Amino acid sequence: MQPVGAVVPLRVDIAEKTFRSAQGVSITALQDLSFEVRQGEFACLLGPSGCGKTTTLRILLGLDKNFSGSFQLPEGGSNRIAAVFQEPILLPWRTVEQNVRLALPKSLRTKNLDGLFDTLGLAGMRSLYPAELSLGLARRAALARAFATEPAVLFLDEPFASLDERTAGRLRHLLLTVWSARPTTALMVTHNLREALMLSDRIIVLAQRPAHVLGMFDVKLPRQYRNPQVMSDLLRSFHQKFPGGA
Amino acid sequence: MSAPDTGDRPPGAVADISSQSSLATALTPVLTVAVSLLGLCLLWGLAENAWPSRAFPGPGQVWQVLLAEAANGDLFYHLGATLGRVAAAYVVAMVVGSVIGVLLGSHRSADRFFSPWVVLFLNIPALVVIVLAYIWFGLNEAAAIGAVAVNKIPNVVVTMREGARALDPSYAEMAAVYRFGLLDRVRHVLLPQLQPYLAAASRSGIALIWKIVLVVELLGRSNGVGFQIYLYFQLFDVAAILAYTLAFVAVMLVIELLLVQPVERHATRWRRRPA
Repeated sequence: MQPVGAVVPLRVDIAEKTFRSAQGVSITALQDLSFEVRQGEFACLLGPSGCGKTTTLRILLGLDKNFSGSFQLPEGGSNRIAAVFQEPILLPWRTVEQNVRLALPKSLRTKNLDGLFDTLGLAGMRSLYPAELSLGLARRAALARAFATEPAVLFLDEPFASLDERTAGRLRHLLLTVWSARPTTALMVTHNLREALMLSDRIIVLAQRPAHVLGMFDVKLPRQYRNPQVMSDLLRSFHQKFPGGA
Repeated sequence: MSAPDTGDRPPGAVADISSQSSLATALTPVLTVAVSLLGLCLLWGLAENAWPSRAFPGPGQVWQVLLAEAANGDLFYHLGATLGRVAAAYVVAMVVGSVIGVLLGSHRSADRFFSPWVVLFLNIPALVVIVLAYIWFGLNEAAAIGAVAVNKIPNVVVTMREGARALDPSYAEMAAVYRFGLLDRVRHVLLPQLQPYLAAASRSGIALIWKIVLVVELLGRSNGVGFQIYLYFQLFDVAAILAYTLAFVAVMLVIELLLVQPVERHATRWRRRPA
């Protein structure tokens, strides 16, 4: 299928981002962080815990405007962005379906979501409240919300953290299924190298704080060929390129 | 966890077992209330027999007055007037108080500046506000309702300020990313989070407001329960005073049962019911 929407790539050029603590101590979280994600590409931002990955994402989401530098979001088609956060962040007082529909622009509010809910295995749970869902199901609902908006760019912040490995694996497959149906420029933050190798076209490797780009690792192989054997080869070549990294 | 999670709990079976005893469990609280009120009436009747006085009429006498006042229509006219003022003052106080409270709760510097004002207004006696309102704005309906609202607003502000401080920023961020409109943000993100605080403010609010409304009516209105109580105070008719008081308390009880509680049940339907 054709990549939809984005004509301009996602371009990030953050000169510096500093946090000031209550005691007046300043911590530089990001410095000279610049990279690009091509249109329709699934990229992973990989780095050690606490290196500033989530900070980068918050800047791109427009939630943190206190930084120096610039970035450009993909344009064309819809200019919408979508995000899957570390927690599902569903409104507990709205049903699964209402949560998804509320995120849609007015023109799409009544669109048919049967296919999406079916793919994600949520067909029977549209009228449940988030408190009635398990964490894994709540994360599926968060994925449904993100994809339903048909965004120009999709941001994912460790969406499979705090799940057991089997559930996380199943969710990764579901993510790939819905993403392949409509390849959207996507940037996912993770500290899990295997996850990055399995999902992405390109891995952007970040250094310890202050975060900057150590290098890129392109995974050219189509995802359906990434079996355990290939994965361990990929792992080996990754470690050769980034010894001691990530 | 995965999909079949919800399948292993058959809700029908649970409902069947409990349906036989559910009628009894539903009736128990109603019966308890009825018996409790009857006990109070009985105690009142005994006290009246022990201390017979014109100033202390029994329940039967009060009931007679109540029927008479209802028959000539006075009761409903005055109840309606008071209820209208209570409703108007409640709406004004809740809207104004909530807006101010949420603003103070979400802007710390504004809160620091206006906090002394809130404390000041919290401690101005209701009577002073009412007298000043009548002096400044005249003996009219707007002054009466405004005075009651001003008495209640600081309480609402304090409660809603706590509510705004407890708002979860992650919902607001989600709404920002998905570009919720202003109306959607208020209706689907802000108000549901503030609901427990709104309920608390309403509960304490209605009780306070109706008591102040009586004072307002006593001082400067020519109808309403407060006006009638003042009238019967001058006539030393205690039975009528009690009749009007109890009638209005009964009205408030009905509102609580038929309006407040169902609304609250609806607003909290999404909460997982305790096992």
